[in-house]
Amino acid sequence: MAEQTTHMPTWLRVGVVPLVNLSMALLVSGLIFWIIGENPIEAVKLMVYGAFGYQEAIGYTLFYATNFIFTGLAVAVAFHAGLFNIGGEGQAYVGGLGMALMALAFDDVLPVVLLVPLCIVSGAVFGAAWAAVPGWLQAYRGSHIVITTIMFNFIASALMGYLLVSVLIAPGSMAPETRKFTDAASIPYLYEMAAWFGIEVSRSPANGSLIIALLCAVAVWLYIWRSPSGYALRTVGFSERAASYAGIDARKVTVITMCISGALAAMMGLNEILGTQHSLLLNFTAGYGFTGIAVSLMGRNHPVGIVLASLLFGALYQGGAELAFDMPRVTREMVVAIQGLVILFSGALAYMSEPWVAWVYGKLIGKRVIVEGAV
Amino acid sequence: MTLADIFNVMDAALRVSTPLIFCAMAGIFSERSGIIDISLEGKLLASAFAAACVATVTGSPVLAMLVAMLVSMCLSVLHGVACINYRGNQVVSGLAINILMSGLTVVLGIAWFSQGGQTPSLPQSSRFMPIELPGAAALADIPVLGPLYSGVISGHNILVYVAFLAVLFTSWVIYRTRFGLRLRAVGENPQAVDTAGISVAWMRYRAVIICGALCGIGGTYLAIAQNAGFSREMSAGQGYIALAAMVFGNWRPGKALMACLLFGLLDAVAIRLQGVSLPMVGEVPVQLIQSLPFVLTVVLLAGFFGRSIAPKAIGQPYSKDR
Repeated sequence: MAEQTTHMPTWLRVGVVPLVNLSMALLVSGLIFWIIGENPIEAVKLMVYGAFGYQEAIGYTLFYATNFIFTGLAVAVAFHAGLFNIGGEGQAYVGGLGMALMALAFDDVLPVVLLVPLCIVSGAVFGAAWAAVPGWLQAYRGSHIVITTIMFNFIASALMGYLLVSVLIAPGSMAPETRKFTDAASIPYLYEMAAWFGIEVSRSPANGSLIIALLCAVAVWLYIWRSPSGYALRTVGFSERAASYAGIDARKVTVITMCISGALAAMMGLNEILGTQHSLLLNFTAGYGFTGIAVSLMGRNHPVGIVLASLLFGALYQGGAELAFDMPRVTREMVVAIQGLVILFSGALAYMSEPWVAWVYGKLIGKRVIVEGAV
Repeated sequence: MTLADIFNVMDAALRVSTPLIFCAMAGIFSERSGIIDISLEGKLLASAFAAACVATVTGSPVLAMLVAMLVSMCLSVLHGVACINYRGNQVVSGLAINILMSGLTVVLGIAWFSQGGQTPSLPQSSRFMPIELPGAAALADIPVLGPLYSGVISGHNILVYVAFLAVLFTSWVIYRTRFGLRLRAVGENPQAVDTAGISVAWMRYRAVIICGALCGIGGTYLAIAQNAGFSREMSAGQGYIALAAMVFGNWRPGKALMACLLFGLLDAVAIRLQGVSLPMVGEVPVQLIQSLPFVLTVVLLAGFFGRSIAPKAIGQPYSKDR
């Protein structure tokens, strides 16, 4: 008697499997809490309260989420073209330089409505340029983009270190950072924007960059799935040979995609530099570029998923920071470890849980469920 | 700059190069078998932490090294499970290990030792201390060669010499043994190896486990030979520099050794030149010299001088049914 078979439904693959992966990551995180002698259940409660419990907390969560939307989108765009851009960190760093240079040059000349767009363009150009070189090397010289983007992260770090310590440092300052920009180069905080409409909200660093981030998410969706260039991009990602057979210049697409990816990563500087710090400082990227990879993986490289995953990571960062106050044995690095686990389970081991979920689902509906292997 | 200065820089370069050499050889094993390993950094950090912990608790450097190797090998197996069994993305898996270890070593360090992520400073008895090679004192008076022998070659801890043995070992295994032939084959054309009745998965597992062991010695060196304990983020990108050295050395042990020594020398020179004004050029920014390993590797990858060719099947998970 032939057993009835069925394919795994999409909602299971896109909805349930990522949640199972995330739960495994959180379970192992709980184990770490237990090992260092803290109560994991208590930690979860404190983290959720710390991330969503009151207005200021939500503001911080949104502030962190903004960074992750930008860097997550950057990774996703490249990923759809089959490119693994792990250089978001360096691109954001150099993009921040582009913004800061404009802000430093024109912040007492131009009004805010002109200067902020100018900063955005300048940052995007710097970030795109920093990503274009590895893209060009991959497309035209055949060097592996993973290796070159890693190298470019370190080169960016050295370059920015030199510029901040020796060139751009504010006169008389000990810390390696530029002078503060004037208000002309700042993006208003969300609480300020709420006040325009007469709504009172607690102060938090969440700022207008969040709106720009969401617009970027929509733009990325339109670009990838609703535009001819996005079609070319996905074709290249699917099969470079098929793309060239269809008359698409895969090399050009590679370079353009990396430029877009780099420009998106650079937008992170809006949130950090123009939005909150109002100066360029050493290591302002603080690993957000790398977190973008986790965000993109969790969000299955889709803008909607990325926004949701960004919220999750924003909550992890903010909740983790609060947790560090309440639990003496927990430090901010706990969040870094959890992030590593999320990348491990939702990225590297993404296909591990699929057969299990399929098996359970098969038992429930009484059919054998076929798992499409990873292509 | 006197001769003594040059010897000093060379001596420092050897010390900085040692962890790079271990990691580069580790990377060669893994990548020659077709598994990309950007988790050299994470394994280096994890094994440094493990070595420092065990040395603190037991006081035995040898035991510390064994545990460090074991920890690093476990991470390699994890990488293997993700990349070989579950056909996960090798870069993602490596990145996950790096990020996880960067967080976990600090979390555990603070929980266990409450010193802000550091481990307690180790006494000399629980570390690998410098050893004097035979005749170093007697030969020191010979011009040029004497100081070279006693000042540069002699006077390092045992692991520095082990690093050079590791290069010989890697070279011998990869090019002179049946295992090495199969290892290279599995990284170039796994189908052919499979057809010959050899398990691709098992070959790759053995390769990544050797990779883990070598990284473990590198981490041990960082924590209990070069330094007297673990400090947070002490690997400081050296795993990535080793990766660059391996690529720069075209995935060959001898050339990778040269790249490691070159990068180590650059680092030693950078420290030496800090705040020094050179004739004609003026003060050279330290950051410029520090970024040279990466710049050189990119230029090499771009194919403007020489050529660096990766193993052909690198990064692709192998499945029989294709």
